[in-house]
Amino acid sequence: MPDLAERLRNAQGGDRRALARLLTDLENETVDMAGRRALFAAGRDAHLVGITGPPGSGKSTLVNALIASWRGQGRRVAVLAVDPSSPLTGGAIMGDRIRMMDHVGDDGVFVRSMASRGALGGLAATTWLTAAALDAAGYDPVVIETVGAGQSEVEIASLAETTVVVEVPEMGDEVQAIKAGLLEIADLIVVNKGDRPGADRAARQLKAMLSTAGGRVARPAPPVLMTTATSGEGVEGLRDAIDAHRAQRDPERARARAAGLIRRALANRAQARAVESSAWDDAVTAVAEHREDPFSAADRLLGFDQ
Amino acid sequence: MTADASARPIRVLLAKPGLDGHDRGAKVLARGLRDEGFEVIYTGLRQTPEMVADAAEQEDVDVVGLSILSGAHMTLLPRIVELVRAKGLDDVLVAAGGIIPDADVAKLKAAGVAEVFGPGTTIGQVATYFREHARRRA
Repeated sequence: MPDLAERLRNAQGGDRRALARLLTDLENETVDMAGRRALFAAGRDAHLVGITGPPGSGKSTLVNALIASWRGQGRRVAVLAVDPSSPLTGGAIMGDRIRMMDHVGDDGVFVRSMASRGALGGLAATTWLTAAALDAAGYDPVVIETVGAGQSEVEIASLAETTVVVEVPEMGDEVQAIKAGLLEIADLIVVNKGDRPGADRAARQLKAMLSTAGGRVARPAPPVLMTTATSGEGVEGLRDAIDAHRAQRDPERARARAAGLIRRALANRAQARAVESSAWDDAVTAVAEHREDPFSAADRLLGFDQ
Repeated sequence: MTADASARPIRVLLAKPGLDGHDRGAKVLARGLRDEGFEVIYTGLRQTPEMVADAAEQEDVDVVGLSILSGAHMTLLPRIVELVRAKGLDDVLVAAGGIIPDADVAKLKAAGVAEVFGPGTTIGQVATYFREHARRRA
């Protein structure tokens, strides 16, 4: 078992290798509960910024441009870039870094690629822990780029304080803009590739459809911005909008995020306790042979009164 | 749950150092290693030795794979090994592939390149080599 406290201390002192190893430990789930507690206790309340959107919409290029913009203000920026794992082999190709190589060698920037390892919400199961480690190591903001998201990979919204949904001018018609899912979780919407034909029209349509009054979700329509990540056009504006969103500090949202953290910890703890229990094998056999239902088995493993 | 160290995917950084723009081989290998269950981080073309070493550190990879076809291998590869080791990444396997004359292979190995894969190497051979030689740590 690696010494998390020491790695964390070294990471906080600027040791990038220690930080890299710490992220690996968290990703491989070799950190014990005391270590995980220490991690959150060392948190510095960094701004967690989620960047999501369809594959190829320019998320990585936009993150690259945002890093430059935040660096210009002297902020230390970390990025977690998640790409999908193969459901067949568990392998992955992570290519987000290709677009972020401008910042290699800058000690104020830390970029880490993560494979989703079977999780389906657009993040890896341990992304919340690696984000906490980057926060504890003194990076702010911590940017989380999801896997290329379709319509329902919305887990990022329960983790990030500010969620940016990146679309492209070819995103589709007005009906796409009112479907449930990805666009609903946006705090900010960006139409990237703003130099392409139809970009203005796409932005106008999004604004019109999202501002349509009615419905029971009393949430202000998210601002719609336009960027061209490759040239940097509109990126300062996006950065300011991200920073301004944090300044609002919506208390309800903070509670929802806290609940999300507890839910993750609960799942984590309960599963660890059950799987490590000496009764685990018997429970698996009993359920496999239809002698016990899975809920009863879970209750028994967790020591709940039945 | 404590993950079994031997079950976790091996992380590989694949990079194209130097100025040649021929990345088909690197991409085919990336795809092949994905299918073999590796987590491959592809950094793309025109990487300086400093960029490769820096990415290897942040990504905490087990293997650095370098594809080079330009003829500059005797300059770039030993420099990458040197920078990677200077960062304290002692247990990271550095391997190369591409068009590298036999006469240079021994020199590269002496400089710390663990293995050099030439034309005709199968993806299976590379995968097997990485599995057998990548670090295994707690």
